[in-house]
Amino acid sequence: MSDQAAAKISVRGVKKSFGPKRVLDGIDIDCAAGESLVIIGGSGTGKSVLVKSILGLLRPEAGSIRIDGIETVGLRRAQREPLMRKFGMLFQGGALFDSLRVWQNVAFGLIQGRGMERDEARRIALEKLAAVGLGAEIGELSPAELSGGMQKRVALARAIAAEPEILFFDEPTTGLDPIMADVINDLITQCVRGLGATAISITHDMTSARKIADRIAMLHNGRIIWQGPTAEIDRTDNPYVDQFVHGRAEGPIRMEVRAA
Amino acid sequence: MIGFLASIGALFIAFLAALGRIASFAVQALAAAVTPPFFPRLILRQIVDIGYFSLPVVGLTAIFTGMVLALQSYTGFSRFNAESAVATVVVLSVTRELGPVIAGLMVAGRVGAAMAAEIGTMRVTDQIDALTTLSTDPLRYLVLPRLVAGFVALPFLVLVADIIGVFGGFLVGTYKLNFNPVSYLTQTGQHLETMDVVSGLVKAAVFGFVVTLMGCYHGYQSRGGAAGVGQATTYAVVSASILILLLDYVLTAVFFAK
Repeated sequence: MSDQAAAKISVRGVKKSFGPKRVLDGIDIDCAAGESLVIIGGSGTGKSVLVKSILGLLRPEAGSIRIDGIETVGLRRAQREPLMRKFGMLFQGGALFDSLRVWQNVAFGLIQGRGMERDEARRIALEKLAAVGLGAEIGELSPAELSGGMQKRVALARAIAAEPEILFFDEPTTGLDPIMADVINDLITQCVRGLGATAISITHDMTSARKIADRIAMLHNGRIIWQGPTAEIDRTDNPYVDQFVHGRAEGPIRMEVRAA
Repeated sequence: MIGFLASIGALFIAFLAALGRIASFAVQALAAAVTPPFFPRLILRQIVDIGYFSLPVVGLTAIFTGMVLALQSYTGFSRFNAESAVATVVVLSVTRELGPVIAGLMVAGRVGAAMAAEIGTMRVTDQIDALTTLSTDPLRYLVLPRLVAGFVALPFLVLVADIIGVFGGFLVGTYKLNFNPVSYLTQTGQHLETMDVVSGLVKAAVFGFVVTLMGCYHGYQSRGGAAGVGQATTYAVVSASILILLLDYVLTAVFFAK
């Protein structure tokens, strides 16, 4: 694990509960500048909650989250605004704005968030759409007219439009066929490398994790139970990781479900 | 007995907590009006949606309300030879009470529900979180323009509803009840005071704010997919309707209590 002060993103002892259910129970993890970290784990283990906590969409009850060494937990809305400019996020369902056309979705952060002129923002939006393999004619459509794969690509174009320093990908390949999933994985890798950005992705798709990660961490029962370089995930003797990676029904994770 | 009192107490505390949450939501949204960026286009679009597109439904309701009012008051007043008061009763009832209340309730059903459904869907599909990640304050972008538009558009809508409602009474009065058109119009204007119209318009502005606040608040707080959005829509319409009737009494007491 890299040193907390040197890390681009550093999470220490983060706890988050919803009612009586503790979802995050003392998360410790770092992500270095330019690194692509993938967090894996079963459904409902708190992967999205962790990412939303880092983004400031959820407020942890305890712990510290530092971005470029600056503590972000407890920041007020106005103080958080400059920080949000560093982020780009691809949501699981795309989260495209239904009422806007595709190019307006991609240009949204540039126009509303950064006050860019509409024409200039539109030019950049079309450029980003081209970068994810979509033509200018797609820009005139509404999100409802696009397939799931195209929506993910538009969402990716929107996430990278403002060329953020840090990118988050929430289940980028969920609901896509294997070929389209591979296309999205390639695009993510290209975009992250092209921007030189730091990336945190969450997924339970191991093919995707292997392709886009420099490092993988596994979240289970509210804690990071394993982390290491991507190449090591197949060599670990951690029974939880081994069971998850090989998708076996039998193993410690299953046993805990039974006990519950 | 203690259990019963405790449950009443718990309900009361829950009511106060909900009131506090709504007030805090409104204050946070209104606070965004003080600093830029502002979204005049969004406000204008909402004014058109709330005001212009509600005209048919509000106009229809208003004309029938005026017509029924003329018919009912004639039936009642003819029992003690007070038929000449029909025009006055119609214009005072419409401008002071029925115009703002009927328009408020219609807008609660048409606009409040749509706002709750739209914002609720945005909430459950992560679109509101997406706004935040795109450096845009959702309260400033989604809620404030709707609150401003509701506050501004309803008085205009009610003014039109007042005119249409009075016209409905005029139609029934002259064509069905055989009043002389000139004397009906004279009676209409004779006892109407500026305060009657102004109080109705103030009520309309308050109702417009309440309807949009309830729509935005319940949509913004919705959770749990389609069922949550449906529930938010119901809460928005029911709470706005109850508040309209409650505030109508309060405002009437403020304006006309002696």
